[in-house]
Amino acid sequence: MLEPIDLKGRKILVHDMSLRDGMHAKREQISTEQMVRVATRLDDAGVPLIQVSHGGGLGGNSLQHGFALHSNEEYWDAVVPKMKRTKVSALLIPGLGTMKELQSAYDHGVRSVHVATHCTEADTSPQHIAYARKLGMDTTGFLMMAHLNSPEGLAQQARMMESYGAQTVYITDSAGYLLPADVKARVRALRDSLKPETEIGFHGHHNLGMGIANSIAAIEEGATRIDASVGGLGAGAGNTPLEVFVAVCERMGIETGCDLFKLMDLTEDVIFPMMEHIVRVDRASLTLGFAGVYSTFLLHANRAAAKYGVPARDILVELGRKKMIGGQEDMIEDTAMTMAKERGLLSEASQRHAA
Amino acid sequence: MKKIKCAIIGSGNIGTDLIYKLKRSELLEPVWMVGIDPASEGLARAKGLGLKITDLGVDGLVPHVVADEVQIAFDATSAYVHAENSRKLTELGVLMVDLTPAAIGPLCVPPVNLKGLREKKVQNVNMISCAGQATIPIVNAVCRVQSVDYAEIVASLSSKSIGPGTRANLDEFTYTTSNAICVVGGSRRGKALAIINPADPPMIMRNTIYCLTDAAPDQQKITASILEMIGEVQRYVPGYRLVNGPVYDGHKVSVYMEVAGLGDYLPRYAGNLDIMTAAATRTAEMFAEEFLAGRVQPQLSEVA
Repeated sequence: MLEPIDLKGRKILVHDMSLRDGMHAKREQISTEQMVRVATRLDDAGVPLIQVSHGGGLGGNSLQHGFALHSNEEYWDAVVPKMKRTKVSALLIPGLGTMKELQSAYDHGVRSVHVATHCTEADTSPQHIAYARKLGMDTTGFLMMAHLNSPEGLAQQARMMESYGAQTVYITDSAGYLLPADVKARVRALRDSLKPETEIGFHGHHNLGMGIANSIAAIEEGATRIDASVGGLGAGAGNTPLEVFVAVCERMGIETGCDLFKLMDLTEDVIFPMMEHIVRVDRASLTLGFAGVYSTFLLHANRAAAKYGVPARDILVELGRKKMIGGQEDMIEDTAMTMAKERGLLSEASQRHAA
Repeated sequence: MKKIKCAIIGSGNIGTDLIYKLKRSELLEPVWMVGIDPASEGLARAKGLGLKITDLGVDGLVPHVVADEVQIAFDATSAYVHAENSRKLTELGVLMVDLTPAAIGPLCVPPVNLKGLREKKVQNVNMISCAGQATIPIVNAVCRVQSVDYAEIVASLSSKSIGPGTRANLDEFTYTTSNAICVVGGSRRGKALAIINPADPPMIMRNTIYCLTDAAPDQQKITASILEMIGEVQRYVPGYRLVNGPVYDGHKVSVYMEVAGLGDYLPRYAGNLDIMTAAATRTAEMFAEEFLAGRVQPQLSEVA
């Protein structure tokens, strides 16, 4: 037996995703009142950093990703002034969000940003990372769909982000596909490759039930930042559930500075009643994790399935086979239509009136 | 038949692909290729194909413009370099076809507004972006039937087809394309999204076009208009193809397109290269017709 690694006294910065990734699970329909209610209780529970925006981050309001109830600016203006200790962050995916929107985020009180690219395309982020640093923001590079690149490949991409100015680089398991050994190899490759002062983060999804185990595995290899979501409110089967993660950390002596009981109460009192569907490992979200598909595709695939009569699982498996990545939500209806035609469920003539 | 002599500035993916498109033209002849890296593959190819080359940037070309009768220059560098390139060459009477997102001159999508540019005395015409060339014809096909409040396009590009210049300047791509959706496409508001997909084998360029019409969409007219427009684009990009749709959902019209290239420089998946270089070539040919017919006299400086 290997000696278990003693993590006692290790300090971890937790970053709550419920008011950004959780927007996906709510079809972008969280009200400013709900945002303030959740954010103030996260603040009260000692969560140092929370992400607040459209599920797709800056520039996310679109036909492709859905229109939120409010603009990002309206959400920030509601939440930021209510925060006593907690800092607010945002997500920026180049190609969707721009530096104009980053400037606006800063102007509305956002002080930290995940600059996110697909795990092989870090070189689309230099402008945005540099701009965030110029604004004095806490700046992370966020390598999405990390299962689609090798540990060495990820380390190379991480070095690029570090060279642009990223202070932290994340291994982002957008599909909830990674297993603990995969996470360890990836975090280790980054730790061996990046400057000692550059932090490493891990962002998990719970599609294979591995959110907690993967986060602990990341910490064992030197990750110091963990993304999680209170009540697991997030895309797919949700993010790593924050209150469960904090409980496990307490048992292991890892310091998060968060109040476990307050997070448990927030989950039970506010988050669960907010959910439109129970965010958990079910047939479709398990398919995401098993097939390695972007977690946000879940609800889109369910809608396309209802419209064209092709099971969501078949659509998701096909999207995985075609190696579609985050941002390609348009390819869900397209793929569903192509499959429906192949199965004789849709004709060329009738497709134009399928709605 | 006499051809109009052309220079290509920028020896990356777009510039190199452009050599092949121009070589095939009955009106244009590529004579110069300008780069900044002596080791660039594009310059070596250009030399092999019989073009004169320089690795000194546009300054290496300027002294030869008059003697070599260069009348049209294609700029495939970056938005930041283009302004200076354009100033130096238009001074000598050269017409600039701008393939960067600089957008100094009027924006051009051939099947939508090329004819309208014919009469204007322009010295610089901008080709927007590959995503703009692939999607704005469809936006316009809807807008010419009825008014559109908002149009949004999503371009998925294979990683291998996107060079370092575009990668490092994604915001310029976004801003220029979003603006052109309104200015050329005709919708009141516009938004452009780009996704770079690394799948191997590389995916063929895909484009999705969404339009929100003001009144309920006239489905028959819009479908007919889109199909006609696709035919127009296919005249210069044969691999421009409707995959699914148009889908009508309330006031939303969704069109799912694919662009396969001719495989000149990069393989067929890089339809984004082809639609850009083919549109630029078509634009230049229209001006070349004017030059050859003597309707527009490019003013070559005698003193340079």
